[in-house]
Amino acid sequence: MSLGLEHYLILSAILFSIGLYGALAKRNAVAVLMCIEIMLNAVNIAMVAFSRYLVPDVVVLTGQVFAIFIMTVAAAEAAVGLAIIITIYRNRRTVDVEQADLMQG
Amino acid sequence: MPKNMIDLAFWIIAIVVVSSALAVVLLRNVFRAALLLIACFFGVAALYITLNADFLAAVQVLVYAGAIGILLLFAIMLTRDLHRGNPFHKLHIPALALSLLLLVTIIGVVLGTDWTTVTEAGQIAEMPLDEPTTSHIATVLFDRDNGFVLPFEIASVLLLAALIGAVVLVRRDGKD
Repeated sequence: MSLGLEHYLILSAILFSIGLYGALAKRNAVAVLMCIEIMLNAVNIAMVAFSRYLVPDVVVLTGQVFAIFIMTVAAAEAAVGLAIIITIYRNRRTVDVEQADLMQG
Repeated sequence: MPKNMIDLAFWIIAIVVVSSALAVVLLRNVFRAALLLIACFFGVAALYITLNADFLAAVQVLVYAGAIGILLLFAIMLTRDLHRGNPFHKLHIPALALSLLLLVTIIGVVLGTDWTTVTEAGQIAEMPLDEPTTSHIATVLFDRDNGFVLPFEIASVLLLAALIGAVVLVRRDGKD
């Protein structure tokens, strides 16, 4: 079977599920952030694959443009997220997401 | 490059990407997990090359493998909890069930959809691999009628806000 859109979409789904599992199940806040990056990468793969297979004209690259915007937001998210994690670590000496419970009622 | 070379490359890259992503989730050592995450980012960049997205592959290596990877390594070194490692918390079985449910749902939808009706006659236009996409991306991005000029400007403001926000968050107030 030759390589098709389905291959890329299923690979993207597998990556997204791995990232979701890690983001939901990890205790270390940095690990949660890493898993979120995996999820964003999975979405980007799907975007570029759609842009390649559903709009095969090289001039229409909207999917790739969307992927660039996702990368921009991911970079901003990583910077701010890591700054928040470092601040939490400085105040509470832990990066465990279960112990960051100041707002718990 | 012949078609089956790209097929072979896809399978190798897919195995590398999925196994390194699994290792990121399953490894106990956060530092090794971050290094394997960078390997995963490189794999995704290679995947973009099989999709003829050369500009995105370069951006992936620069932004993800370079900037975000180094940022994550710095954060791990600044918040070192070596004795705790990288454990799962007690709700990881429901999380695994939810992820598997999502995976099965997406795969079912992908396999159940007839994609060939969308791509007229099921043909993929043959693009030469060495045609650069950079100028085409610029044309799409800055097109006067239906381009992405406003989102582009908003993205620049977002990056500025994230820059200032990160500096303000990690600054010690007036102590040094």
